[in-house]
Amino acid sequence: MAGPASLRILELPRHSALVRVTHWITAISFFALLISGIEILISHPRFYWGETGNALTPPLFQIPIPASRSTVPTSYGYVLPDQNGWSRYLHFEAAWAAVLTGLVYGISGLWTGHFRNNLSPSSSDRSWRAFRGAISKHLSLAPPDDAEAFSYNVVQRVAYLMVIFVLFPLVIWTGLALSPAFNSAVPAAVNVLGGRQSARTIHFFVSVFLFLFLIVHVAMVTFAGFRTRMRAMITGHAPSVRIGEERT
Amino acid sequence: MSKISRRKLATTGIAAAGVSGVAAATGLAKRYGLVPPDSGGIFGAGETLTYAAQRLMTPHSLAREFPRSMISKAPFGNEVASPNDEFKRLQAGEFQDWRLSLDGMVTRPATLSLSDLKGFPVSRQITEVVCEEGWSYIAEWIGTPLVEVLKASGPLPKARYLVYFSIDRDWWESIDMADALHPQTLLTWAMNDGDLPVSFGGPLRMRVPRQLGYKSVKYITHLTATDSLKGFGKGLGSAAPEAGYAWYAGI
Repeated sequence: MAGPASLRILELPRHSALVRVTHWITAISFFALLISGIEILISHPRFYWGETGNALTPPLFQIPIPASRSTVPTSYGYVLPDQNGWSRYLHFEAAWAAVLTGLVYGISGLWTGHFRNNLSPSSSDRSWRAFRGAISKHLSLAPPDDAEAFSYNVVQRVAYLMVIFVLFPLVIWTGLALSPAFNSAVPAAVNVLGGRQSARTIHFFVSVFLFLFLIVHVAMVTFAGFRTRMRAMITGHAPSVRIGEERT
Repeated sequence: MSKISRRKLATTGIAAAGVSGVAAATGLAKRYGLVPPDSGGIFGAGETLTYAAQRLMTPHSLAREFPRSMISKAPFGNEVASPNDEFKRLQAGEFQDWRLSLDGMVTRPATLSLSDLKGFPVSRQITEVVCEEGWSYIAEWIGTPLVEVLKASGPLPKARYLVYFSIDRDWWESIDMADALHPQTLLTWAMNDGDLPVSFGGPLRMRVPRQLGYKSVKYITHLTATDSLKGFGKGLGSAAPEAGYAWYAGI
């Protein structure tokens, strides 16, 4: 005999402990890298292409902000305080934290099938149609359905894979290419990018893309339900409203 | 054995292995000179990782050298504090009386004039000056490899660092022996087609091309070989950490 249908709220597993821990270490590291990176940028907000560039050579472009060095020509009549000391210490310490965490995440993600199962788009989703559908659903700001609390749609999957396998490796590579000692050991790391100043300019743009991802990511979490999504990434569980199963 | 206690056991085991692993790594790093003098404080872990990793990666690697065609048409000397009276006096005498003294853990301390220095084998390199702010330029640097001067004065085997001072005694740096004995570390007295201009560190500048520009101190007058940096300044290795900047500037 079928019993009456009832609403039941279940706590279902969402994110593994490893995903949650590495997510938050990466989040803290990225915040530190962003703040310290901006501080370092302020000491010379001019960008060049090729191997060399300095205050006496024409820039590719200049960010219209005041600088923390009097030697940089800006349109401002004042110089900001120098914050590069702690910013550089913090930038590299946070980079170590992010890289080591990324290694743990990457290796375990391959090992446990996290990338294959949770991030690789399913075969039915590997089409422009599916991608466009997910995009237009995002743009309409329609509330996500219940299943999306437990699985990423194709746009999310592609975005996360881009961040994990393109933007993060690229920002690490271009960052390392700014180290004169690293370049002495691996000159190709900077040479194939077209030179030191090109590496710095690419490092800046990749950082901008990562920052844009962060903005969209936080905005989407907010739209989808800030409390449930945060709970899922902190406790590992997400609440699910289910129509009760038939009981006998 | 229940599942919970097994998990606890595993967690405790991993934590214990982690702690003893870090302790063992720290011990090894100290033994092999992979801990920088500014390794204390909240940034010490990152700084030690950077220094240790780069030291292991770059014992003998050479800074990139460039073709003559890439020498910068507009090199940038950066600003320096206005020269002190001693510098002005020596400058008035066209640096004839400029002296570089070398002491500390060497068997034959020495005091060298610029012409004494030029009597050593001369080395030329077209390398890039890389400022921590982000800008850079390429020049040809001509001078005496530091290793030649050190070899002549016989550094003691226990010497681990070379400390170098500008004529402005508040401006001093130090490098480990891997950099001090490196063939590209140059006591530079000429640049491109002429003498080293004062704005670029003339008459004598230390060039350490595998590190950022602030290790390439201008107006060098004094070198000291030592086994410990504790007795210099605040014991952090150089003036840079005292101003909040990292001692090791390979990055």
